[in-house]
Amino acid sequence: MKPPRRISLREFQPQIARLERRLFLKQGLSLGALSLLSGCTLKDDDAVDRLLFAMSRFNDRVQAALFDPLRLAPTFSDADVTTPFPFNAYYEEKDIPRIDGEDYRLRLSGLVADQRPWSLSELRALPQSSQITRLVCVEGWSAIGTWRGVAFRHFLERIGADLTARYVGFKCADKYYSSIDMPSALHPQTLLALDFTDAKYGYPLRLRLPTKLGFKNPKFIGEIFVTNDYPGGYWEDKGYNWFSGS
Amino acid sequence: MVAASGADARKTIHPLFVRVTHWVNAFAIFVMVLSGWRIYNASPLFGFEFPAGFTLGGWLAGALAWHFAAMWLLALNGFAYLAYGLVSGHFRRSFLPISFGGALDDVFLAMRGLLDHAPGRYNAAQRLLYIGVILAVIVAILSGLAIWKPVQLQTLTAAMGGYEAARRVHFFAMAAIVAFLVVHIGLAVSVKGILAPMFTGRAEAPR
Repeated sequence: MKPPRRISLREFQPQIARLERRLFLKQGLSLGALSLLSGCTLKDDDAVDRLLFAMSRFNDRVQAALFDPLRLAPTFSDADVTTPFPFNAYYEEKDIPRIDGEDYRLRLSGLVADQRPWSLSELRALPQSSQITRLVCVEGWSAIGTWRGVAFRHFLERIGADLTARYVGFKCADKYYSSIDMPSALHPQTLLALDFTDAKYGYPLRLRLPTKLGFKNPKFIGEIFVTNDYPGGYWEDKGYNWFSGS
Repeated sequence: MVAASGADARKTIHPLFVRVTHWVNAFAIFVMVLSGWRIYNASPLFGFEFPAGFTLGGWLAGALAWHFAAMWLLALNGFAYLAYGLVSGHFRRSFLPISFGGALDDVFLAMRGLLDHAPGRYNAAQRLLYIGVILAVIVAILSGLAIWKPVQLQTLTAAMGGYEAARRVHFFAMAAIVAFLVVHIGLAVSVKGILAPMFTGRAEAPR
């Protein structure tokens, strides 16, 4: 029979190391879980929100790289049009601005050679085109509508806009504002729409891009400007991804 | 010999690469599901909403920011896991052969408490479930891309049956992943001795 041995702490080193590692993992996990649940809502200026905003800017660049200026959005037939077309804005339907078409003038500013304002009849005198395309809302729902108006590229060329500028911005009669990248503005399906299925919601002028989410399609446009300084937007400034391509 | 036992009797049953990608994936799926529920609530597809307390992001913009940030983690980590699993032989060793009959037998055994849940060796039911959830994540990523980019990736969106159908595919892929997680997490915490090796990689030699 062997004599009893003295037990030293060293013999338990592997087990102690494992225990320490396990405790570290457990505590690390619960710390991670806590920081996750501390309400990162893109409203605070904490580290997580800054990371989310940085990722959103990264996603802007990825989407710009993914954007094919020649790829057309799917088009549909009259029978596919959603009726009634859903109303959507940051205010209630009863608060939509009422605009007198006779007095209406579209203002232009920024990197635009000819800044003379446009009346509705002048806009209607330009070549018109139409499309039946799907509008996808940032909330997830979608609706198919008919839009008719001036190809935005044609209009930008006509007013002598700097087509190498980075942004086209919009100021609206309902205090909404937004901006898009120049390649999306020049896309063949981007329309300065004068007639649409949801005629009440945007009269007399709205932008229609089937290549972007719904909130990037401003209604009741009063002024268009071209700029190289990031103009932001109503929802974009609250945390929605700026590019929001589809 | 007292000193010889311990470390030597334990062997690595989960390779480090599998453990790291597993926990990164766990975090990414957690973020994707909870932020996805908040996005769903903005325009519910069915007659219910997810309880706000079980969502991530606070409101739609926050949820979208989480969703579109974590999608990179999910996709890159998932791609690394798939590449490793295919190249290293991990999938072949762990998931093959697949047997539906064997899986059924295992489920009945499990319900009677007779199924051996040996660390490091997957039974037929586990194999089917793990392959199933990998496919569900792939479908979730593809349908997610289809509703994120219905114009740029319109071929993919059309393959899903169009934009509105792709939303439903995305929802049911999520539901399949969550159903898997209920079983997976339930077993991981209730069966003795299988959770720790997923952190340390090591377990006692097969009994």
